[in-house]
Amino acid sequence: MNKYILYPGCSMESSARAYMESMNAILEPLDIHFEEIDDWNCCGATEYLGINLIPAYSLIARNLALAAKQKNGTRTVVAPCSACYLNLAKADHYMQERPSLGAKVNEALAAGGLQYTPGTLDVRHLIDILVNDIGLDAIRNAVVRPLKGLKVVPYMGCMLPRPDYKNRWSDHEHPTELDDLLRALGADVIDYPLTTECCGGHMTQIGPETAFELIMRLVADADDRGAHLMATVCPMCQMNIDAYQNEMNHFFGTDYHMPILFFTQLMGLAFGREPDELGIGTELVSSRNALANIGVEVPVTQEPSAPRKKDEGLPMPRRWTKQEGKKEAVK
Amino acid sequence: MPQMTNERVLSRLREEDLSLLHEVSMKTAGVSHLEMCIQCGTCGGSCPSAMDMEHTPRMLFAMLRAGMREEVLRSNTPWICVSCYHCVVRCPQEVHIADVMYTLKSMAIKAKLYKDSTAPHFSQTFVDMVETYGRSFEFGLASRHYLRHFPLRLPGMAPMGFGMITKGRMAITPKKIKHMDQLKAILKCASQLELTS
Repeated sequence: MNKYILYPGCSMESSARAYMESMNAILEPLDIHFEEIDDWNCCGATEYLGINLIPAYSLIARNLALAAKQKNGTRTVVAPCSACYLNLAKADHYMQERPSLGAKVNEALAAGGLQYTPGTLDVRHLIDILVNDIGLDAIRNAVVRPLKGLKVVPYMGCMLPRPDYKNRWSDHEHPTELDDLLRALGADVIDYPLTTECCGGHMTQIGPETAFELIMRLVADADDRGAHLMATVCPMCQMNIDAYQNEMNHFFGTDYHMPILFFTQLMGLAFGREPDELGIGTELVSSRNALANIGVEVPVTQEPSAPRKKDEGLPMPRRWTKQEGKKEAVK
Repeated sequence: MPQMTNERVLSRLREEDLSLLHEVSMKTAGVSHLEMCIQCGTCGGSCPSAMDMEHTPRMLFAMLRAGMREEVLRSNTPWICVSCYHCVVRCPQEVHIADVMYTLKSMAIKAKLYKDSTAPHFSQTFVDMVETYGRSFEFGLASRHYLRHFPLRLPGMAPMGFGMITKGRMAITPKKIKHMDQLKAILKCASQLELTS
């Protein structure tokens, strides 16, 4: 039995519900037991840190304090969300690196009857414990439906391998953990040099043009390399590439259709689980055609129908570039 | 020996007016290494969103050293930073660039010196939700933010929002943690400490 403390994070209960469902589906075959931090709160994402320093770190540290109090034969906190993982790791690291910050955060925590000694816990991401604790052999042994014929680009995102306070990853810019894991599932893994490029983060909310540019690079490159779908380890990356792909296509005049699934959904499929147990079908860019390549049938759900554009009309170039507002035909 | 080089650089720096540089460095979580910037430009060259920035990080750090407070706090650079940490792992001086950007954002908010209010309002709305419920509340956040800043984007985004709701990916009521009183007490104390630090 592999025991861990779990910090799910807000996304896992809403936009990344599929991540939560598929994560829970792979625990039993791998003999993993998660105990959720009781009454955890939001980590503040990338927003709180840019407003007030001490409240932001106190918000994060409340979770660490609760987890340390609850620790039950383990000191490892697992976060499946890259932003949560980074924030928890960052608070633990900086409270140690800057003792004056640690003291102030503890003074604030004391107002709520809590305390945290930095270094008490190990903060790790879900894929880190799967690859390094459980191991690729155990994962390979649990595979009953190899994903042979499914062309996947592994998309690690930025906040997981960087800044990497504890040297946990194989590389900061081209880590191979996700490639190795997907290969263990039998998938045809495509080399993807953009694997740790940013998805735009919160820029979809505050500066959409910046975000669309970043999303375009990732999606266009995955498409050029012939991928059926992208695999991600982060709710934010999934949200940006999935939910904003339509708006991004509209912005550039393109018509990409690149599904993105959580790596745990692919693990669940390889372990023989059915799509509806893994939240497959909750993505907005449907993975139905991609998964048909491995003989997995995704039940049709009622898609919200966007107003269709007429096919006739003036011929338009395929892609717009935003520089100088000038149109440029690519492809 | 790098240790000696750092000492030499620091002693030369002390002769200039580096109060702004020090202020930013001291307000940054962790040890920022901001004083060690050698103006190599690796940060700007690594930045995926530099094309939308008024100043690259390198330029911004030169402006900090020159004491250009108002220009720095008016720059859109910290708000365009996507926190991808590419520059951070490439910086030969190990400057905590992304964390310095967070510091500059909070200083700009306090000095009311940002030009475009979209990003500060988004952060503030997010924080309001967290301070009220203890959890993020995407529906409340998105609807308040888009109505205020991107009303024209709403029609185009309607199918997406509708899809998120019907696929059970966005709840229209918030979730609240059990011990909200405890979290509020912690944040209240933390805010007072923020004012005095």
